[in-house]
Amino acid sequence: MRSGKLLLTGAHRLAILVYVVFALFPLFWLLKVSVTPNDLLYSEGVRMWPSRTTFEHFQFVIAHSAFPTFFKNSLIVSGATAVVVTILASLSGYALSRFTFRAKYWIVALMLITQMFPLVMLVAPIFKMLSPLGLTNSLTGLVIVYSAFNVPFATFLMQSFFDGIPKDLEEAAMIDGATQFVAFRQIILPLTLPGIAATLGFVFTAAWSELLFALMLISGNDAATFPVGLLTFVSKFSVDFGQMMAAGVLALIPACLFFLLIQRYLVQGLTAGAVKG
Amino acid sequence: MMHQPIAKHRPPLRKRLADASEPYLYSAPALVLIVAVMLVPLVLGISYAFRDIQLLNPFSGGFIGLDHFRALGQDQAFFGALRNTLWWTGASVLLQFTFGLILALLLDKPFYGRGLVQALVFLPWAVPSFLAGLNWAWLFNPVIGPLPHWLYALGLLDAPHNILSDPNLAMWGPIVANVWWGIPFFAITLLAALQAIPRDLYEAAAIDGAGPVQRFLSITLPFLAPTIAITVLLRTVWISNFADLIVVMTNGGPADRTQIVASYIFTQAFKRLDFGYASAIALVLLVLLLVYSMLIVLLRQTMLNKG
Repeated sequence: MRSGKLLLTGAHRLAILVYVVFALFPLFWLLKVSVTPNDLLYSEGVRMWPSRTTFEHFQFVIAHSAFPTFFKNSLIVSGATAVVVTILASLSGYALSRFTFRAKYWIVALMLITQMFPLVMLVAPIFKMLSPLGLTNSLTGLVIVYSAFNVPFATFLMQSFFDGIPKDLEEAAMIDGATQFVAFRQIILPLTLPGIAATLGFVFTAAWSELLFALMLISGNDAATFPVGLLTFVSKFSVDFGQMMAAGVLALIPACLFFLLIQRYLVQGLTAGAVKG
Repeated sequence: MMHQPIAKHRPPLRKRLADASEPYLYSAPALVLIVAVMLVPLVLGISYAFRDIQLLNPFSGGFIGLDHFRALGQDQAFFGALRNTLWWTGASVLLQFTFGLILALLLDKPFYGRGLVQALVFLPWAVPSFLAGLNWAWLFNPVIGPLPHWLYALGLLDAPHNILSDPNLAMWGPIVANVWWGIPFFAITLLAALQAIPRDLYEAAAIDGAGPVQRFLSITLPFLAPTIAITVLLRTVWISNFADLIVVMTNGGPADRTQIVASYIFTQAFKRLDFGYASAIALVLLVLLLVYSMLIVLLRQTMLNKG
């Protein structure tokens, strides 16, 4: 009985270990190649760690390539999108959480539909619409498009956070003479700070990862976001593996930072929002 | 309600209008954005399906009726893409779900260092999809990646070549990348559902002499069933539209063997700049997804009626 239990525990830990290795191995390999000197890249192909490491790829990517521009562009686009979406979604999420009104059902339906249809359908018409407005090849255009794509999910997420806050709080404030908007801004919003942080993180990560619309809408290097820049780089100089992977490691940093910040809330928060919607 | 106004007079019209419009004011900015950037392009895209719209041809733009759909009926690449979509979606969802469920069950047991392990195994979820695609493409590359050599050593490949350029195996590349990337999503969702199951149920069952398998079948599975149904259905739609990994890893090749409908639409719009034809394919995809969703709703209705 005792040894059976021990065996079971051992199998459990082993299975966990397999998952951890599977999850981390690709990222480990990315890191490994990014610090492998060029002359060892081919001779030590399958070794787990090169006999010599170097940061020359990182230095090259930061000092002599357009990647800092891509990085900056992605940071601007994702940051602006996250802020815009979080503001809009807290307003609309609050409306869905606190009011009963006639169009509510239709608003929810509209937002659900936008989650279901293939966004790739919109690639061509959005390009046609933005082009005469001068919003192709511009970061502003990307921010507008990404904001619209992320607002519905963020609204449901914020709604679930507002639902968790008792109504009595703003009712008390309103008896004291505050308007509902003042009560919302000064009492409810500060209480949903974890929710706001989670929403910012989600939207930032989503905008940071978006590929297809960035490829379609951006053509030059000046407004290229990280995915576009990296893919252009790959198709142009596909032999500089060390540099590409160094760039990849750099692209990973902001996403991982946000992930570590929000991962505590992930299991409770995300599913509360996602399943509810 | 608690706070009835003491005097029973109706508030002035302005006040009533302001009250009635308040929820609309909160939701208006989000709605305007959604309508302008998603709904209007959707309608425009549907109209493009019946028009000749090519970006580089200034004389295009006229209505051509059903010509695109006739061309689509003859387009072998499109039918290939349909078959590939089924294969890609089915294999990805099944593997992601299976491994996600196992991971959730493993993480549901308390053990030392669980928080850290959870952060590590969920990490792929935070990796941007284009990077996940590139990362796996590099792993499959025999020049710098270990996978071809390992597969060769295991006897699964007869030479350490790149499976992404082998027409018969290429689809496995994006599928493996997708499974790696998508396991955390299922695990997170299922873990949250697992943690919502009351613990005393298990204790009571254990006292009554139920073994672990029996407990899993008669407590865990029934509790998880609604979550499983919803996530699998939503994920199926989502993955069938998910073209990033394929665009990055194989671009639909070799010989269109990894082209799914979503990546085919993107290729038509992005490479050939044929917006009309791309929109026609997109319309067909939309109809297929609608049919799928209706079937699910019907299925659910019949299940509910039976229950």
